[in-house]
Amino acid sequence: MSANATRANAMPAGGFPTSKVLWSVVGWLVVFVFFFPVLWMWLEALKTEPQAASSPPTVFFVPTLLEFQEVMSGDFPPFFINSAIASVGSTLLVLVLGLPAAYALAIRPVKRTQDVLFFFISTRFLPFAASLVPLYLLARDLHLLDNIIALTLIYTTINLPLGVWLLRSFLLEIPHDLFEAAQVDGASFLTELVRIVVPLIAPGIAATSLICLIFSWNEFFYAVNFTSSVAATAPVFLVGFISGRGLFYAKLAAAATLASLPVLLAGWIAQKQLIRGLTMGAVK
Amino acid sequence: MSAVAEVGGVPVPTAASLARRDAWLRRLPLLPAFVYVILVTQIPFALTVYYSFFSWNLLKDNSFKFAGLENYARLLTDESIRIAVWNTVLLTISVIAISVVLGLGVATLLNSEVFGKGLMRTLMIAPFLIMPTAGALIWKDTLLNPLFGLLPYLLAPLGLGRVDWVNQYPMVSVVAVEVWRWTPFMMLIILAGLQSQNPEVMEAARVDGASAFQAFRRITLPLVRPFIELGALLGSLFVVQTFDSIFMLTHGGPGEDTTNIPFLLYLVAFQGFNIGQASAIGVVAVILTTLIATVALRTLFSIFQVEARR
Repeated sequence: MSANATRANAMPAGGFPTSKVLWSVVGWLVVFVFFFPVLWMWLEALKTEPQAASSPPTVFFVPTLLEFQEVMSGDFPPFFINSAIASVGSTLLVLVLGLPAAYALAIRPVKRTQDVLFFFISTRFLPFAASLVPLYLLARDLHLLDNIIALTLIYTTINLPLGVWLLRSFLLEIPHDLFEAAQVDGASFLTELVRIVVPLIAPGIAATSLICLIFSWNEFFYAVNFTSSVAATAPVFLVGFISGRGLFYAKLAAAATLASLPVLLAGWIAQKQLIRGLTMGAVK
Repeated sequence: MSAVAEVGGVPVPTAASLARRDAWLRRLPLLPAFVYVILVTQIPFALTVYYSFFSWNLLKDNSFKFAGLENYARLLTDESIRIAVWNTVLLTISVIAISVVLGLGVATLLNSEVFGKGLMRTLMIAPFLIMPTAGALIWKDTLLNPLFGLLPYLLAPLGLGRVDWVNQYPMVSVVAVEVWRWTPFMMLIILAGLQSQNPEVMEAARVDGASAFQAFRRITLPLVRPFIELGALLGSLFVVQTFDSIFMLTHGGPGEDTTNIPFLLYLVAFQGFNIGQASAIGVVAVILTTLIATVALRTLFSIFQVEARR
């Protein structure tokens, strides 16, 4: 036992600076490998087409915004705007529908709360195969194919269960007395919700919005099958680059960069909310 | 409420009806979301089950007719569905296993004494945030392309030659891109677990003479196990649905080498417009997913309960 203790003394828990340097180098190498495709996308986007499709790959070059200008002045903006409408619209709908539901489940527990929660979340993981065909036929019959409203409603469906869970997890953290005080004052349900609940769970609303935005902005399956031209979103625009049009790598990279930018920035800014959102509030 | 109703042994109906009214008022805010979810998920699913018993091709007029179990029988005998199920299982298990191991490694690195932790974490989550279709395209055209891609160029001196990854090793390529995307997800969840660890426990273990590896295996791993399970289960629910990267990288090919269930569904429903068959695939997919989801939700609830007990 004493021998062990001596050995431990020679090896302080914090580790020597040399080990810190070593692990830092290893860590940064790993991070570089994972981040490299993103970096490479940015570099390719700043090249001219011949530079982007050269062999050996061009490493040193004078950056140009030419391809970004090309993409922005071309047919890309409508796709980007459609993505924004569907994402923001569905996020707002999730908040409007989800907040009262989460409130009911958290503050005024109804019977079978667990069952209701379980039901909600089970619909998030229902494969799209489950409802795809009827939804497609319905959209077709209502002339809602290639319509941004249909896509917005579908994204609301995808995100609502997550929103309810997440908002509820934030509501559970609010001291119960606050609500009771409000009810004694005779505040009606809506006043209670808007004046007391909403300001208190502003971080929760932010986290929920972030997750909804990420999932709906990046969504591809419904976008590619339910839209064609008028309502097509940013990921659908990228389909045009798949193959046969070989040497448009710089333009491809510029479009990919622009399409990814909103979610990348939002995710980076709200890193704390990200884990909580992705695990539906289970991990803080 | 019921205690009030029994005061003096006389039933008080007004109290009971008040309670009922109160219960309804409590449920009211729940209703809009509840009704919406039922309208857009449950009723369509019921229709999917219904359609699965019919033979119906949208491209043929008046082709809607009862087919009994024909669509399911075809699922059992058709080679495509067997391949798709196998590919789905293979893809999901490899992506989750590899990204959990890598995610655990990266999370451990980020939890130790290193320079620039915050920036490392920020850069590390980028692959998860990048639009999957964009990420897949960048991999396919600028990294893996045999002529202009960076990877074949870098690997050529190693004697590998100019490997055409996407066509020669399609499943490996899809798995690689998905691992790249899901490792940050696992890392984030496991890192949260590591950070909930009390550093004093680790220090005590060191003082007691435990090696770094022993301490990791005996103390850290049991602690982060629920987080690993949660990451793996949530991740697999998403990876089972992989569509974007397959559509972009391989389009399910070559042949059917990378056709998974979602991609097969896409082919049957939107290329073949075979509504009956697509619905039968949908029903089978729901059964498979429910199996995973049940386990996942149980884990989620147990973690919630641990959180609540704290």
